[in-house]
Amino acid sequence: MTYIAKPRLHHPSLVKNKAGYTRRDYEGAVSTLCAGCGHDSISAAIIQASYELDVLPHQIAKLSGIGCSSKAPTYFLGASHGFNTVHGRMPSVMTGANLANKNLVYMGVSGDGDSASIGLGQFAHIMRRGVNMTYIVMNNGVYGLTKGQFSATADKGSISKKGVANSDEPIDLVSLAILMGATFVGRSFSGDKHQLVPLIKAAMAHKGAAFLDVISPCVAFNNHPGSTKSYDYVREHNEALNRIDFIESREEITTSYDPGTLTTVRQHDGSILRLRKLGEEYDASDKVAAMKRVQEGMAAGEVVTGLLYVDPSPKDLHHHLNTVDVALNMLGDADLCPGPSALDRINAGLRLSDTSSPCWAASLAASSGPPSCPWPWASCSPNSAAPSRARSPWAARPWAASAVPRWALPSAYGWSCGRAARAPAWCSPGSP
Amino acid sequence: MPQAIAAVNDFVVKFANVNGSGSASANELFARSILRMGVPVSPRNIFPSNIQGLPTWYEVRVTEKGYLGRRGGGVDMMVAMNPQTWAEDVKEVSPGGYLFYDSTKPMPSSMFREDINVIGVPLTAITNATYSDARQRQLFKNIIYVGALSVLLDIDDNEIKRLFGEQFKGKEKLLDSNVKALNLGRDWVKQHVDAAAVKLKVRRADNVGDRIFVEGNNAAALGAVYGGATVCAWYPITPSSSLAEAFQAHCKKLRHDKDSGKAKYAIVQAEDELASIGIVIGAAWNGSRAFTSTSGPGISLMTEFIGLASFAEVPAVIVNVQRGGPSTGMPTRTQQSDLLSCAYASNGDTKHVLLFPEDPGECFDFTADALDLADRLQTPVFVMTDLDIGMNHRLCKPFHWDEQRAIDRGKVMTAADLDAGKTFGRYLDVDGDGIPFRTYPGTHPTKGAYFTRGTTKDEYARYSEEGAVYVRNMERLQKKFVTAAKIAPQPVRYSSPKPTRYGVIYFGSTTPAMAEALDQLEAAGDHVNALRVRAFPFAQGVEDFIHEHDRIFIVEQNRDAQLRTMLMSEFVLDGRKLVPVLHYDGTPITARFISAGIARELGQLKIVSFEKAAS
Repeated sequence: MTYIAKPRLHHPSLVKNKAGYTRRDYEGAVSTLCAGCGHDSISAAIIQASYELDVLPHQIAKLSGIGCSSKAPTYFLGASHGFNTVHGRMPSVMTGANLANKNLVYMGVSGDGDSASIGLGQFAHIMRRGVNMTYIVMNNGVYGLTKGQFSATADKGSISKKGVANSDEPIDLVSLAILMGATFVGRSFSGDKHQLVPLIKAAMAHKGAAFLDVISPCVAFNNHPGSTKSYDYVREHNEALNRIDFIESREEITTSYDPGTLTTVRQHDGSILRLRKLGEEYDASDKVAAMKRVQEGMAAGEVVTGLLYVDPSPKDLHHHLNTVDVALNMLGDADLCPGPSALDRINAGLRLSDTSSPCWAASLAASSGPPSCPWPWASCSPNSAAPSRARSPWAARPWAASAVPRWALPSAYGWSCGRAARAPAWCSPGSP
Repeated sequence: MPQAIAAVNDFVVKFANVNGSGSASANELFARSILRMGVPVSPRNIFPSNIQGLPTWYEVRVTEKGYLGRRGGGVDMMVAMNPQTWAEDVKEVSPGGYLFYDSTKPMPSSMFREDINVIGVPLTAITNATYSDARQRQLFKNIIYVGALSVLLDIDDNEIKRLFGEQFKGKEKLLDSNVKALNLGRDWVKQHVDAAAVKLKVRRADNVGDRIFVEGNNAAALGAVYGGATVCAWYPITPSSSLAEAFQAHCKKLRHDKDSGKAKYAIVQAEDELASIGIVIGAAWNGSRAFTSTSGPGISLMTEFIGLASFAEVPAVIVNVQRGGPSTGMPTRTQQSDLLSCAYASNGDTKHVLLFPEDPGECFDFTADALDLADRLQTPVFVMTDLDIGMNHRLCKPFHWDEQRAIDRGKVMTAADLDAGKTFGRYLDVDGDGIPFRTYPGTHPTKGAYFTRGTTKDEYARYSEEGAVYVRNMERLQKKFVTAAKIAPQPVRYSSPKPTRYGVIYFGSTTPAMAEALDQLEAAGDHVNALRVRAFPFAQGVEDFIHEHDRIFIVEQNRDAQLRTMLMSEFVLDGRKLVPVLHYDGTPITARFISAGIARELGQLKIVSFEKAAS
């Protein structure tokens, strides 16, 4: 039925969230994934989480790579801009997007082939840069679109649909994310909505690199006996360490629990994570303990789920780069272009001596002490009183005829900008 | 006594040094002091892919006429400071030229040549007698030879002292010690050498004017600041690394908020070139102006992403500081050999916009322009500079910025436009130029959102693999490319004083050598018109120029005549008319090479025309 467009009319009685939108406003197109695909459950969880968080639909940007999972963003958040990038390289595109506008919520969606095989390098580097985002891997251990080859997260010994046992060690993205410096790391299961939705909400509220590994069985190619990513296997081996209640900063806390069963984590934005203990003692703020517990689980064949690690006061890439509060894509000419007077000072400096790096003058210095770089135009500052630049930029091209430097001309030559017979069309810029 | 080359303000001095010995600064001081006397110089670094220990050269062409290309031929004076390369350095001196060397240790006469003039100065002995610290000995030895040369060549030592004064302002101790070293060299030569025997002299002139002296990478970085780039992502690669570093330096001075001290830019040193271009594309998709700088191998890695940006129509600016290829090639040598790999980067049918700056001045202009063009055309734009322009100081006209110029962000639909009911189709050509409107993410709560993808889509960004939809899109992209030819920098034409059937086409760093070569040809009675191509897609003026001449010489710094290939295929031309003149050994092309190449071909053509006359 995927060829049928979803009706855009909403039932008038649908409940609106605090932002004024119904749950349906967070939906996307009808899914073209296989019936029963775990990815559709994750899409539904993302829709639910976004609706419950009262985030404006267009304030989310969703990015993905290539693969079944990376198709999923078509099926949620239809009012958000989306970018289906190239295979394994979504992290760099999301990093750039985040740099351009720090004020949107970034949702990266990827798969195990996309993030652990072809894109392992970019996966690691986006975590270590601390990009403020929610990065979800829909992890099924196989390549679905190319019909069932193992991916790099397939467990050693897991049997493919064709009966072949995987002989390679699996890459555990949770361990890698923690190691690389992600500040919010969880694992969940597409079949456990009650665990997954609060995890996604908490990750979206987290102001740093948040990573969720969501085991999402592939009904077409990896849901058979012998697979360690099947519905049955994950249900049997799921070891949930905790349950999260995500409480937004403005919400009143009404539910009460027995003391001793709860750990409260207050995130930097004021939101509160209540971690309900399930059986064993587990401290999600202890990075080393988290690594140990995850590795123990792997050794025992468990699928350890829950909020595995959180740093409640993360520092993100914009913090490291000390960028201005306003989004970089909102800066105007006066902020960006230093103007002609600053350029005059720069020119003056370049007539005297050069200011480019490496500083040649500093390397002349033979005595001890820190090398210094003399910038003759060091006193210049951005032209604060920038004049209005409303004129068409095409009228002000520097490649107009006057830009030809006289001294570059062969001295014996007269030069002309056009032929006598015709108007010098290529002398001036064509109109756009 | 060998003959002695005599020249005033027109000679070449080459310094042979060991990499990492601090010689670069002293050699540059030498070049600047001549500039200060009003005499143009054109210095070039010839360096290895190495930090310390390997041979490195610095060639200074002193040229009152202002020929800034490499001259070619032997050198008039060799300052031979590297025993490793002694034999080849001595060999390179023109007969009658001069060899300047450190005469501390006696050397057998077999190490010299009879037909050149030898000037020995015991540099090591002088430094060892004066300094005890090893590092000081090494660094001041360089200043001492600058002092010695200043006497031999008549360079005004006051200019050198003024340069010291500017550099060590407020550090009088350093100033004094450098002046002392300079005078050590000067005094020794005055006492022991007949400077009049050296007939290469610098004479004060007024030919520098208000020109600036700057490296192309530095200039391109400044162009990125003026062009409004806020995101720069890069991966270190010779010869482009200093571009991103210069952008950082410029931004530190020009792009911090006065009150908060915060940065109005973001620079990321990425993990590789794939990530660099990915970050640029992500930022530009989200409405920031973004660029990366790289060289050939980086372009190879970026190719898939370049295809995405082109097909999904996302702006991106890539400054390619070309080096010798293929593969790792010659990392520290220059070439113009990435034209094809950039113009047609990506799988499938793609074409990209290339700009060809001639010097640092155009590196500034074109990098700023590229940011406008990328936003206007919603596509990747390459600034095709090279090592010769990027990493050498070059005299060029001062940077200029029009007070009235505004950032052109191209066709961007705002929330107000959407509310006013304007039709938004992300890939819908509403006015016939092939360029659609776009929206930035986060613009409007219910309108204007779309899904960006590398797959085929219809005018409203909906996924489609229908043949007709695909063809419509590809034809619109072709239309956009035609628009690009009209708004990209137009070619520059030089006409011979006499009518001629011959033309020459060239681009980029060949320019200064070409200016000199045309003078040489003209002096020999060979008249040639010239056209400098400044962008791809080619403007109509390029095709007209070709059709107006019987023979066109195409001068390039690559083996395969890449520009010629592009001209032939884009304009569907008969290749027999287009004669390649190719220089690709990794050194910058010289006027002598060009004029000799063209003169040889013209000589053959003249024979043909005689036959024609006989028939």
